[in-house]
Amino acid sequence: MSIGLFRIRANLEHSVTGFANIRIARKGTVRMGSIFNAQQIVNGLQVGSIYALIALGYTMVYGIVRLINFAHGDFYMIGAYASYGAFFLFNSFFVGKTGILAFIVLAASMLAGGVIAMLANQLAYKPLRYKPKLSSLITAIGVSMFLEYFFSALPMIGPSYRSFPDIIPKVEINLGLATISNYVVIDIAVAAILMVGLTILVRKSVLGKAMRAVSQDKDAARLMGIDIEKVIGYTFLIGGAFAGVAGLLAGMTYPRIFPYMGIQPGLKAFIAAVLGGIGSIPGAVLGAYIMGLAETFASAYNSLIGEGIAFAILILVLLIRPRGLLGEKTADKI
Amino acid sequence: MAKFKLPKFLIAAVLFYAVIELLYTFELMNGYILHIINQSLIYVILAVSLNLINGITGQFSLGHMGFAGVGAYVSGTLTTLIFKINPSAPGGMLIFVLSIIAGGIAAAFIGFLIGFPSLRLKGDYLAIVTLGFGEIIRTIFNNIDYVGGPRGLLGIPKFSNFTIIFIATFLTIIIIRNLIQSSHGRAMLSIRENELASELVGIDTTKYKVLAFSIGAFFAGIAGGLFAHLLQLAHPTQFGFIKSVEVLIMIYAGGVGSITGSMIAAFALTFLSEGLRLGIRFIADTTGLPIGGEWRMVIYSLLLIFIMLFRTEGLMGTKESRLIKIKEAD
Repeated sequence: MSIGLFRIRANLEHSVTGFANIRIARKGTVRMGSIFNAQQIVNGLQVGSIYALIALGYTMVYGIVRLINFAHGDFYMIGAYASYGAFFLFNSFFVGKTGILAFIVLAASMLAGGVIAMLANQLAYKPLRYKPKLSSLITAIGVSMFLEYFFSALPMIGPSYRSFPDIIPKVEINLGLATISNYVVIDIAVAAILMVGLTILVRKSVLGKAMRAVSQDKDAARLMGIDIEKVIGYTFLIGGAFAGVAGLLAGMTYPRIFPYMGIQPGLKAFIAAVLGGIGSIPGAVLGAYIMGLAETFASAYNSLIGEGIAFAILILVLLIRPRGLLGEKTADKI
Repeated sequence: MAKFKLPKFLIAAVLFYAVIELLYTFELMNGYILHIINQSLIYVILAVSLNLINGITGQFSLGHMGFAGVGAYVSGTLTTLIFKINPSAPGGMLIFVLSIIAGGIAAAFIGFLIGFPSLRLKGDYLAIVTLGFGEIIRTIFNNIDYVGGPRGLLGIPKFSNFTIIFIATFLTIIIIRNLIQSSHGRAMLSIRENELASELVGIDTTKYKVLAFSIGAFFAGIAGGLFAHLLQLAHPTQFGFIKSVEVLIMIYAGGVGSITGSMIAAFALTFLSEGLRLGIRFIADTTGLPIGGEWRMVIYSLLLIFIMLFRTEGLMGTKESRLIKIKEAD
């Protein structure tokens, strides 16, 4: 609309491209060894862990309310900002006690992501629950835009980049084949712990049982006395909390946060969820790691292909196997 | 037999054109307002053509500005880099018009290609694919050095003027209106209402979905070309996701399936957008508060949410103004 706005967006979008700052875009001849090596696999797994945490929220929400929650990437952004804020708030109280501080920061990111997700559900998605599906989708786009622009409009946050502090001192270990920092270990471990926790929750707990019931058949679940809205609320809370943690991990790993940081990882995590079969929890994790690896390899080959590969994967999956790798086959009801 | 009410709309259009042109000639309206009117008219083309895909055929597309981008870059490349014409050159106007049409055709071809996955996809999946397509287009423009890469295609001659844009908008509305109210348009409407049922009564849903995408993309390409020759630049970010959402807000605010609604909303929102921009700058200047242009988009996104929550069918619903409507024969 206005040329001025284009300029602002130009500066932002140029760097919005996900984790572009860590990618190695090589020009000229590329040897296969520089693409498929241990270092790239480590990087791919690290990116994949972050995607997996975001993708889980997408897939859980989709499984239960059949809504592509466009704003999910923004819960990730909120998690990153919440942990940033919490770090500076509590930094001076816990000098030297890295463990406690790390725990507080983690809790802040989960809480912020989860609460905002729950609020978004309550205020924007719940009133449209039984309206045509597209109206919820458009509302989700609206919520996503609102969160992004509201955060960049707030004077204390602003549209510019902030460098994320080193919450835990960075240590790098050279293993010969690849250099691994403790951040890689933390990213992969935190993601793994949360994923195991989620699996136990869904398989063993009463809430998990209710979630599975609602995702299978909402009406029957209601007849069995399950408070559907409560289950949906908890689903948003858990999904948002996972996205918040992903934001914290991404902030630590690629130490730069900004209000539009959620757009690209959000989209890619969504594609990962579709690749794995949307609605399936193991599928989301599998899809996310495939995406992370594919993207890292492709970026090492060529930055253009790296940017486009996610969408190429999406289109291929939807054309060849729309239900995804581990998705259940569904038939259209007539 | 449908009885055409074309003259009435024609009269209204000519009146509109004459009033604007007179106001401008007698300097009762400055170039800035004319510029916004030009932009509004281009947004009318975009909104009406998106309405054909989203509103009439019911195929949710989130990459409409991607088509506009194809049109802008193709026509901009033709006029700026290949023919190197300028508005004063003899025959320049002809080449310009042909370039714009070429841009439209290129966009239509891409729309045709996008139409195919839509045969297998519905609702949210289609939305994501079209979104992905828009992003791919943007990425491609961002990476082709010939058309400027991330700097954008600069130095495009300023060919778009009020007359050209007005004629293009008028033709778009007439063509889409006539299409919607023909048997082809009825077939598209039936796909929106119930795809399975329309297939059962013998409508070639595949053909009509692809047709809707191609025609919608064609006009989006034209609008993109006009935009590039109005702003004198084509930049990858002009055609990103956020811009597509702006057009989407227009059709949902105006009423999905109503050309009149799209027209009103395109004008209202373009003016609102400029008004907000000026208002925000004014407030920032007078009070010294650190508020930026982001608030404009905050208001936009809230508008979208509130429309969906409280008036899902939009301003006009599916109603049309009497100027647009073709009266059905009894």
